[in-house]
Amino acid sequence: MSVKKIAKKDFVEFVETLIRKERVFGVQAKGDRFDFAPLESAQDLRLDYDVTLQPPKKFFQPPAEVLMTFEVGGGYQSQYDDEPFVLLGVHPYDMVAINQMDELFSQDNYDTHYMTRRNNATIVACDVAKPSENVFASSMGTAVVKSGYDVLLTDIGDSYVCEAATEKGEKLMAAAKKAVPADDAALKSREAVWAKNKKGLNRHELKCDPAYLPKLLAKAYKHPVWEERAKTCFSCGSCNQVCPTCYCFNVQDDVNWDMKTGKRERAWDGCLLDGFTKVAGEHEFRKQRADRFRHRIYRKGMYVPEKIGGQIACVGCGRCVAACLPDIANPVAVYNRLIDDLGIG
Amino acid sequence: MCQCCAEKKDIYLPELATVMDAKAMNVTERYLRLAMDDGPFDFVPGQFVEVSVAGIGEAPITISSSPTQNGGFELVVRKVGNVTKAIHNLNKGDKLGIRGPLGDGMYPVDEAKGKNVVFICGGIGLVPQRSFVNYVLDNRDDYGEVTILQGTKEYDQRLFTDEVAAWDKRDDVQMLETIDLPDKRWKSNVGVVTKLIPMIKSELKSAVVLVCGPPVMYKFVLMSLEEHEVPHENIFLNLERKMKCGVGKCGHCQINSTYTCMDGPVFRYSDLATMPEAI
Repeated sequence: MSVKKIAKKDFVEFVETLIRKERVFGVQAKGDRFDFAPLESAQDLRLDYDVTLQPPKKFFQPPAEVLMTFEVGGGYQSQYDDEPFVLLGVHPYDMVAINQMDELFSQDNYDTHYMTRRNNATIVACDVAKPSENVFASSMGTAVVKSGYDVLLTDIGDSYVCEAATEKGEKLMAAAKKAVPADDAALKSREAVWAKNKKGLNRHELKCDPAYLPKLLAKAYKHPVWEERAKTCFSCGSCNQVCPTCYCFNVQDDVNWDMKTGKRERAWDGCLLDGFTKVAGEHEFRKQRADRFRHRIYRKGMYVPEKIGGQIACVGCGRCVAACLPDIANPVAVYNRLIDDLGIG
Repeated sequence: MCQCCAEKKDIYLPELATVMDAKAMNVTERYLRLAMDDGPFDFVPGQFVEVSVAGIGEAPITISSSPTQNGGFELVVRKVGNVTKAIHNLNKGDKLGIRGPLGDGMYPVDEAKGKNVVFICGGIGLVPQRSFVNYVLDNRDDYGEVTILQGTKEYDQRLFTDEVAAWDKRDDVQMLETIDLPDKRWKSNVGVVTKLIPMIKSELKSAVVLVCGPPVMYKFVLMSLEEHEVPHENIFLNLERKMKCGVGKCGHCQINSTYTCMDGPVFRYSDLATMPEAI
């Protein structure tokens, strides 16, 4: 697959042609923050963003989606959103999260709803140009990404290095008529960006190799940190909502006004919310906030990793750190506290 | 749908089944016999189905009948929430949606062969256990001594009374029943189900013990089994959790790292050692 270089002004032109042909979502300013939204003009695309408010997971697992329609007393009919789209500007840590979600939704029982959206997406990733306030991707080994994307862009000053990694990516980049093969200098500049980000996206520094986290958690189940931190937890689920690797959901039926037909929808849910584990008869299995707080940290650092070959399901985006009002969600703070108390090894 | 997904089935899509028979068992429990509209329905005792009532929602219910019995499969549903309330309104000929059978954690139908089998049921816990009880009785020669313990809170909550009476009459089954809050109609054992454990005639130490009941019962039953030196590998527990999707995705039924819907709902007690949230 090819690695090209394209001047920034030519890239704008390329994005304009893309918008005219395809359904394109890209990172744009939203007040003084950034978010993924439908792209109407190439001028609105902000590849110099620090972090988006919401991770791009919403394009694959929307906050609410129709799984099927039904007739009351009759049959069920699967519903799919299968319009192809291009996603512009996914940061490496978010790309790693998408790769993990792909594995989770396709393993054991293949989720055709998630995978239909995923297979219809062309993902243009881009290396981080400006670190966000709470990013710790360098600590999690997710500051750069090597797979999952169709195209990877790296800002090297006056131009982008664009690497097409798949057939889909090649096809997309074919429209960039003014792109030229990347020269050695451009590739070296790209290496420099990678080297810088591998160290520099680290506003919170984890005191161990992330691969050690499952072992750390194996001896931390009864540690006082869960109770201490959860004491001020609002059980609001903000940490779940902004997390690129949170994918728990609830399913609900909705009857149409005719009272004869309806739809079954799934929507995001969060393990921090009270009632998440409640069953009939009012029995709730993680009733205490500390139990739910611990569950989230264990899911990221131990439970989900067991399902995806040891990869840690926290990618260091720092969104939960920013979203948490009582400031207790920071996973690095929790892990470092455990390391201080329990040591490494 | 994309090409690669078109070849795969939608894991969330229910298939239609018809109510072949339905009747109230008491004020809160309703019995239903169902048959799938298309094709056969093969399951192992302990497995569950997700029951859909269109417009209301879906609920996980463990199958109560044995696969050795023909003519569809049976469910017993307690009226506790929206879906179960709607299920209570279903009658013969009505349609409902079924996904399943689900759950890889089933009763140890093969492992228990040649061994004594002890069922310990609390209240509605009899409903899932009944699947394996009847499986064992339909293959009676394959198993050792059979003991069934049933504890119920009140007289009117007793389930499958005809069947229990028939089990009681058999020479090759020890059937023990107790009621916690009895009235004048009850002439037998009084108290909780653990009271019956010392009355088991067959050897308990080498038996396969199946436990199903409300969460609070497990602790006390396990303490008693510990006293009787039953190895943890021989004890199987039916765990209840909120199994929303039933296919290991939605996260609601997770017990530590384990999905109840995938690895359960029946668990070997020794496997729960690494799952502190289990009991």
